Amino acid sequence: MTTSTTETAADRSARPAGDNRRKILEATMKRFQYQGDALIEVLHKAQELYGFLSPELLSDIAQRLHLPPSRVYGVATFYHFFSLAPQGEHTCTICLGTACYVRGAALLLRELEELSGVKAGRTSADGRFSLLTARCLGACGLAPAAVLDGEVVGHADRSNLAARIRSLLGREE
Amino acid sequence: MDLHELEAIAERELAQRPRLRILYCSATGCQASGALEIKRRLESLLAETGRQVEVDVGAVGCLGLCGRGPIVRIEPSGETFEHVKPDDAAEIIAALDGHSCDVARCDQNHPFFTRQMLIVRRHCGLINPDRIEDYIAVGGYRSLYHVIHEMTPAEVINAITRSGLRGRGGAGYPTGLKWATVAKSPGERKFVICNADEGDPGAFMDRSILESDPHLVLEGMAIAAYAVGAEQGFIYVRGEYPLAIERLQKAIAQARRHGLLGAQIFESGFNFRVDIRVGAGAFVCGEETALIASIEGRRGQPRPRPPYPAESGLWGMPTLINNVETFANVTAIIEKGPEWYSSIGTEKSKGTKIFALTGKIRNTGLIEVPMGITLREIVEEMGGGTPDGSPVKAVQTGGPSGGCIPASLFDTPVDYESLAAVGSIMGSGGMVVMDAHTNMVDVARFYMEFCKDESCGKCIPCRVGTVQLFNMLTKLRNGQAKPSDLSKIEELCELMRETSLCGLGQSAPNPVLSTLHYFRHEYEQLIGAEGNHGS
Repeated sequence: MTTSTTETAADRSARPAGDNRRKILEATMKRFQYQGDALIEVLHKAQELYGFLSPELLSDIAQRLHLPPSRVYGVATFYHFFSLAPQGEHTCTICLGTACYVRGAALLLRELEELSGVKAGRTSADGRFSLLTARCLGACGLAPAAVLDGEVVGHADRSNLAARIRSLLGREE
Repeated sequence: MDLHELEAIAERELAQRPRLRILYCSATGCQASGALEIKRRLESLLAETGRQVEVDVGAVGCLGLCGRGPIVRIEPSGETFEHVKPDDAAEIIAALDGHSCDVARCDQNHPFFTRQMLIVRRHCGLINPDRIEDYIAVGGYRSLYHVIHEMTPAEVINAITRSGLRGRGGAGYPTGLKWATVAKSPGERKFVICNADEGDPGAFMDRSILESDPHLVLEGMAIAAYAVGAEQGFIYVRGEYPLAIERLQKAIAQARRHGLLGAQIFESGFNFRVDIRVGAGAFVCGEETALIASIEGRRGQPRPRPPYPAESGLWGMPTLINNVETFANVTAIIEKGPEWYSSIGTEKSKGTKIFALTGKIRNTGLIEVPMGITLREIVEEMGGGTPDGSPVKAVQTGGPSGGCIPASLFDTPVDYESLAAVGSIMGSGGMVVMDAHTNMVDVARFYMEFCKDESCGKCIPCRVGTVQLFNMLTKLRNGQAKPSDLSKIEELCELMRETSLCGLGQSAPNPVLSTLHYFRHEYEQLIGAEGNHGS
């Protein structure tokens, strides 16, 4: 996954025609008989494979599903889950649900912004780290909750999160 | 598959089950606190002493007290341990053999447990959600058999109507009436949709049901499909719930293999297929017409009702949409009868409701309580008040569509009408407790920011109103508001309520209006208070 998320559009076009991610995506579309109704399922799969939805990928999907590109773009931008830009190699998602908010998640997010120098929703210039937010992970019993590279971290506080992020990024400070 | 085979599976399952069992909670919360490492340690310790056959280490669903996870329970004694660490494994095995053990125990006699009434969560913490045999062993799929072979669709609808069950997604529409409308609406195909797009921040009841007992929901959906005449069902699950999705996928595949979903269920003429649709992170998709648009692969934007989905829903066909918890109530009603169900709760709100008790509360977790219990009983007795013993200020129910209820009204019974009368709603079941440190203007602003981000942008009152309200609340928070701004806020709230297209916009003002009503002084303190605002 980590290699695909940092890959640029140029890298991808340079891949050989036998790129099997394309085959997997094609199989998904075939399973839904190339119906436009399956657009969201197909976008989920595409993002899972490529890490993000590039303009070329979107217009490709539009063509295969016989949908106007405007509709595909409209759907891809409507839903928070879909990302039109590459994500960092490592991601940290802070839950901003109510339970986490009441237990100080907003403050935690501000501290992490300062610490990492990355604004919420953005990726660092070197493409190594994204700081994201979520609207309730449903792990309210562990508030405040965070997700670090897919792993849920409960009762997150500044010191433990900061240390783990630093070790992920291999920074000694 | 017939009834005999079902019974045979149950018998086989119970016969081969070891007497000694160590059950660990495998839901999201406890997994995040290290439940799987505990499982590995238990298994390797048992293997070292050659006891891996004698003692069963099994995954079960949510045991409820999520704030004290990981939770482990041993059988046959039923002792339950909290805050378990991997190093506690040896002690727990000792406890299994009747020796003393220093691992902290959950107090099962605490009101948190004793005041609960388990209907929907009756199997949670008892069965392994990944095994259909476990579900069959506790009586699973008998209600579906009974319904298909011994009841007409009209009789099923009648039973649900008489039970008094109302929609658990928040609005409280009578379930039987909805089923009857779908049943009588003409259409060449009909659909059943389970709304598992649990978007209210602070609510995780549905996630827990799906992660702990997915077959209960599938069986409820199948019974509904039989009653309304549908052959295709969809479960629309939030993308934020990967574990729930995985368990549902497994459960659907198992049910299909056993002939409990798919074609000719229980060798009858009834066919029902269920597919999962994964949401992509849009709160508005909890609204039924937006959810339908999303299943159809479009932007999740609501449309005006009528026509209601019951008449014209998915692809223009009659469609039944119910919430996870609503479907999860169905088998109990069929099993024990509508009269039994309607004897629980209040005059207009029957049965139980699950709440996610979170925020500044000692016992964080999920509780299932009979309707009519008071907020005081929930917050003070079951929840144990705030962690530091300071007074509770308010409780927020219903998420971004609900309101804040002050501690002075904690004797309010929890039912649809009473909560609406105090300016909140039942909602899907989120209950966030706030103490003196929580500023109510901040809470209102927090929810408005949420609604501003989640507004789909289709209708102007919601699209523009949420942004304006958020700006006004921000101005207020920064001490730049004038006294006349409060009445402007109220006026805008009223306008949004009256003119927004869907529930999101109509209810978005609720957190503002309820805090303005009960905590007006906190707003007034901020007027002209530039320069002295703290955090």
